[in-house]
Amino acid sequence: MQKIPKTPKCYVGGAFVRSESGRVAPLTDYAGNFFANIPRCGAKDLRNAVQAAAKAGAGWAKRTPYNRAQILYRLAEMIESRSAELAAAVSDRGSPDLQSITEVSATISRIVYFAGWADKYEQVLGSVNPVSSPHFNFTLTEPVGIVGVLAPENAPLLGLLTLILPIITSGNSVVALASRSRPYPAILLGEMLATSDLPGGVVNLLTGERKDLLATFATHQHIRAIAAVADHADATALEQGAAESLKRVKILSPQTDWFSPKHDSVWPIRDFTEAKTVWHPIGS
Amino acid sequence: MLPKTSPALRRLLDDVGPVDEAGIQERVTKYTTRSIKHGSKLFGLRLALSMVDLTTLEGGDTPGKVASLCRKALRPHHAPSIPQVAAVCVYPSMVKHAAKHVKGTAVRIASVATAFPSGQTPLKSRLAEVRAAVSDGADEIDMVINRGAFLAGELQLVQDEIVAVLEACGDATLKVILETGELATCDNIRAASFLAMQVLRPGDFIKTSTGKTSANATLGNHQVMLDAIRDHFLATGTAIAMKPAGGIRTAKQALHFLVAVKETLGDAWLTNTRYRFGASALLNELVRQLETQRTGAYQAPWTFTEDSTGY
Amino acid sequence: MPAKKSTRPAARELLFGDLWEYDPSPESAPAFIEPRYGLFINGRFIAPKTRKYFDSISPRNEEKLAEIALAGAADVDAAYQAAATAFISWRKLPGAERGKYLFRIARLLQDRAREFAVAETLDGGKPITESRDFDLPMAAAHFFYHAGWADKLDHLAPGRALVPLGAIGQVIPWNFPLLMLAWKIAPALATGNTVVLKPAETTSITALKFASILLDAGLPPGVVNIVTGAAETGAAVVNHPLAAKIAFTGSTAVGKIIRHSLAGSAKRLTLELGGKAANIVFDDAPLDQAVEGIVNGIFFNQGHVCCAGARLLVQENVARDLTARLKRRLATLRVGDPLDKNTDIGAINSKQQLAKIQQLVQSGIDEGAEIHQPACKLPAKGFYFPPTLFSGVAQSHRIATEEIFGPVLSILTFRTPEEAIEKANNTPFGLSAGVWTDKGSKILMMASKLKAGVVWANTYHKFDPSSPFGGYKQSGFGREGGKHGLLDYAELV
Repeated sequence: MQKIPKTPKCYVGGAFVRSESGRVAPLTDYAGNFFANIPRCGAKDLRNAVQAAAKAGAGWAKRTPYNRAQILYRLAEMIESRSAELAAAVSDRGSPDLQSITEVSATISRIVYFAGWADKYEQVLGSVNPVSSPHFNFTLTEPVGIVGVLAPENAPLLGLLTLILPIITSGNSVVALASRSRPYPAILLGEMLATSDLPGGVVNLLTGERKDLLATFATHQHIRAIAAVADHADATALEQGAAESLKRVKILSPQTDWFSPKHDSVWPIRDFTEAKTVWHPIGS
Repeated sequence: MLPKTSPALRRLLDDVGPVDEAGIQERVTKYTTRSIKHGSKLFGLRLALSMVDLTTLEGGDTPGKVASLCRKALRPHHAPSIPQVAAVCVYPSMVKHAAKHVKGTAVRIASVATAFPSGQTPLKSRLAEVRAAVSDGADEIDMVINRGAFLAGELQLVQDEIVAVLEACGDATLKVILETGELATCDNIRAASFLAMQVLRPGDFIKTSTGKTSANATLGNHQVMLDAIRDHFLATGTAIAMKPAGGIRTAKQALHFLVAVKETLGDAWLTNTRYRFGASALLNELVRQLETQRTGAYQAPWTFTEDSTGY
Repeated sequence: MPAKKSTRPAARELLFGDLWEYDPSPESAPAFIEPRYGLFINGRFIAPKTRKYFDSISPRNEEKLAEIALAGAADVDAAYQAAATAFISWRKLPGAERGKYLFRIARLLQDRAREFAVAETLDGGKPITESRDFDLPMAAAHFFYHAGWADKLDHLAPGRALVPLGAIGQVIPWNFPLLMLAWKIAPALATGNTVVLKPAETTSITALKFASILLDAGLPPGVVNIVTGAAETGAAVVNHPLAAKIAFTGSTAVGKIIRHSLAGSAKRLTLELGGKAANIVFDDAPLDQAVEGIVNGIFFNQGHVCCAGARLLVQENVARDLTARLKRRLATLRVGDPLDKNTDIGAINSKQQLAKIQQLVQSGIDEGAEIHQPACKLPAKGFYFPPTLFSGVAQSHRIATEEIFGPVLSILTFRTPEEAIEKANNTPFGLSAGVWTDKGSKILMMASKLKAGVVWANTYHKFDPSSPFGGYKQSGFGREGGKHGLLDYAELV
């Protein structure tokens, strides 16, 4: 009996969508055989994703930290139960290998790690400030808003999630462009996100050619920050484009070692927060 | 009318609006940075001197002490440029002695009636005290409000007592002492100011304190009351006068209080019919500063009558 | 309680007249301004390679104060070479030793505070009471605060060590010349960086006087270099290849230019840019203190403040009352010679800025807003502008959207907290906001919904070295002050 191949779709606003451009790029397997058509998203798809992220973001930021923590942990559970399938996708070989199994388990660990931060990072990043006047003064963090993510080509799953996790832990929403050469793990990730409790639209996953989308990522005014794995040319283009909207841009090297424990840190969370300082007089 | 129960206080506080203590402090600190020099200093010092209610409120007051106080009030210093003070302020039993010296002059007699400073006697006896002081020649009565009743929320009682004293005053000017230190919060001071002002006549006073507790007039509680006087005036047209008392000892302090008046209530309150200082030691300080300005030399304390701080 | 109706006809306005005028009280302490200043590079004053100088004039009377060296690209390069060389040993100095220099600088600034305050007022036009009571004490406090951090950096970032970045280019504005210098230099030095600083061209003098404090403190040569000039010099500072980071405070327009020019350079960047803050007053607010906060919010430093409360949003049912109180308060503000100790509003910093304010105020009139200015005599010479209120302002008016950077307040009304939030956040800026209400839960709700880096509740324009300051959205990124500010001057490894 014939198998029913899956039609890969992007994950936007909690729904699975093809590109509005109507364009696809064929994906081959390790043996060079046709595997599936991957959507080649255009500027309009990115715009739709930003709209979805905006719609979901406010509610996500308002969730209690404990709730965000549990939802992230639930995501780890969902991935764990399909880890073999995911490892096969990561390996590009149709079956899991040591490298891909390691990547999937590192990814799960990292999700659990950031799930734990959701109700703690504020106590590390915030402060009560001992001002020299009769005022109570404190600084807390707030999510910046919608963050654009440009994923690496190495470690298509771990790299993507290492970028996304600190961003959503603090209540931001994400519009991400998956690895160009190995997009399939992101397609599967979308399916797992859909069955997790993460509200639709908090993470939106696009596939396609970076060159089609880079300028829109950089200039879209509603995107407030970018986390991008980028070479010098891409970094320059992103920072140029980001100037008008003064969005925060964090560039990571394409040679980044995504397995490094340095990524398990509260500081990437800080990169996508705003610090808000509040003053109030003390008196009767 | 005001309900007799405690929600009335809450309602009054809501009606007159809140005051932020730290904000008040910030405002009054700016008054202390005003630089008053030369002619404006002279004017300010003379003005302050003309506003002094020269006060003696001691258990040991005698007719002789009051006589000497009156002489000082009439002629604070031998220099002719130094004006008289506004009034002498004494206990009711001393009014008749003061009258012998100042009646018929521009210096008025003020008396702290109503069981000063606590006010803790029956209303009947407080009113009798007021009537006695007035009939002995008091031009002005300084009464204390019933702070206990205020804090218990019995606002009608507080206001009724003020009205009763007002009636006992006849033509005498009434000064209502809020005793701000016992009201504790800026909100209460503002509320109590309105409670009094609603029944006062134009030219009657509200006054900060008795000078008999550790909490005296400060620029802060003074400002709360000035703001209330301004709001009452703008709402009703009735100009209530102001008297800070206790703790104002230096000429510089007095000028800071006057700066607050100038910048909150304006020129119309820069007169001793609308503003007084309840003080004793302040007078010598003002005279001393005026003499310093006149002579160009810093003055030693012993040149001024009744100064006991000389060394 | 409604006040009892009086039957007496009464003049219901207060008279703020001249019965008791304050005599002129000019600050007489000398400012010790040199006739000509060179560039401060590698621990000494040198003549610029451009051989050019420009005049620094006082906005209070348009008189020339000094000649300031114009730094060219070669001068900026020399400054960076000195900073880069000094960095090698400065970064290795134990934190405690770096801290001692900063403590010393704070102390020396306190010693000479009056002299510096007078210089600041002469050069920039701000009232002497402000430079004396705010700018100078706060500048010294910034050095003192950061001095104590220099040997405690290990406590800043759990799991990470702070590594200094290198030579840092810093470009500061003319509104708080010395204070902005302190905000920039103190954290940079505490974390082990060295500095090339460019003050604004109209207000270079206190920065150059500050160089003499560095000499007295014995700071190693090259750790702080000060280059003076206008936009071209600034561009040279920003674009120099040796700059590890650029820290800029100034206009959003220039911030964007800098962002463009640094693209792809891998230089760090923090920007503290413009604002158009909403100051929101609810009907249950302490109104008189709110008036003080509004006045302080927009007339402090002639409104030359990036976080100025330029848009007053007042709840409709108290709008009339509050506006009347505000107008009455305006009548007691004293506009004039900034050197006079009784001046509340001093001189506008420059002729260009005055022209910009005049132009925007004219646009407010043309667009139909109602203008109110108290009667006040402005000095004949110098750059002055009276405190100005606009009522009947629409969200779309230029005066409600553009940063005026002058003593001009736009009054708008709202009915519900949601409407206030909506109007307050309806701006590309997000630096600061004010909220006035007696209700605690409403304050916290408003504070959490306002998109602004600093929220002043029942107060305005409060600053402290320990308190992080900086903006959301197009008001920039990065924070200055507190532990947050230090983190922006180091790499976390």
